Amino acid sequence: MKNWPLWEVFIRSKNGLEHRHCGSLHASDATMALENARDVYTRRMEGVSIWVVPSSQITASNPELNGETFEPAMDKAYRHPTFYELPDELKHM
Amino acid sequence: MNNNLIQYIYGIADNSLILGQRLGELCGHGPSLETDIALTNISLDLFGQVRSYYQYAAKIQGNDTTEDTIAFLRKEREYKNVLLVEQPNADFAYSITRQFLFDMFHIELLNELQNSKDETLAAIAKKSIKEVSYHVRFSSDWMRRLGDGTEESNQRVQTAVNDLWVFTDELFHQTDADKAMVSEGIGVDVTQLKQSYYHKVSAILEEATIEVPKIEYFQKGGKQGIHSEYMGYILNEMQYMQRTYPNMNW
Repeated sequence: MKNWPLWEVFIRSKNGLEHRHCGSLHASDATMALENARDVYTRRMEGVSIWVVPSSQITASNPELNGETFEPAMDKAYRHPTFYELPDELKHM
Repeated sequence: MNNNLIQYIYGIADNSLILGQRLGELCGHGPSLETDIALTNISLDLFGQVRSYYQYAAKIQGNDTTEDTIAFLRKEREYKNVLLVEQPNADFAYSITRQFLFDMFHIELLNELQNSKDETLAAIAKKSIKEVSYHVRFSSDWMRRLGDGTEESNQRVQTAVNDLWVFTDELFHQTDADKAMVSEGIGVDVTQLKQSYYHKVSAILEEATIEVPKIEYFQKGGKQGIHSEYMGYILNEMQYMQRTYPNMNW
């Protein structure tokens, strides 16, 4: 069991919302990963839908390159849509 | 007070209590974090169901009876669970096989109990069925995985099936209380479930490349309160707190 691959788990907390990453777990295949995710991450009614993705399928950015990857965006406030007034009825923005 | 009804409720609920206790022993000892949580989840599902049954039985009995006195203060002979659920967690294959052999019965029982003339029992059955459907999925899935897995996992499940098979026939025995409840339209006639049970169990064992044991002699006794040697140890651990600190509460 220690050789089981790692899976990333995404849970949709209610309909209309996006799936969110909530953690990872070990499982021998996708079916078992779903069942394990159900038991580990939805015991307290956290979700209405589960996605599992093999962790090996995720291509991640290199933390050593964080400087050149992310910092250039820091001083460009004009890219933020903060100059608009949002109507009160608009949720989840 | 309907003593047959109380005995009938014990006959159903004690199975879940003792199996839940057995699964609870695995808390922190499961083969992996994920299966550990899955098995103790099932344990908690079963305890939840047990509480509904015992609360009902306590209401019928009145006096000072509560769900806790029923769960923790009866003597060994007063528990009416089948021998199957007492069997130990010898290894993961045993725990899964025990679960599988019970779940396949449990789901059929609850299916029928939904039609009981007793509205409380019908409601408990209806509520429990979703949980137990998941238990069936979990345990039958693992039977296939282990049976059709490696040579070692196959051999371990085959051993567990061979050892536990002798306890399956008792699931379909009727006590006098059972018969009385069946005739009143309250209880489920378990003898009617037997054929379908063995048929469905055998089909999954076949998928799992496990041989169905062919034996003629079956163990029984639990339903009459005559338990295996394991039962005393289970009760000893389960009842310890209530007996050492009477009336203690969380």
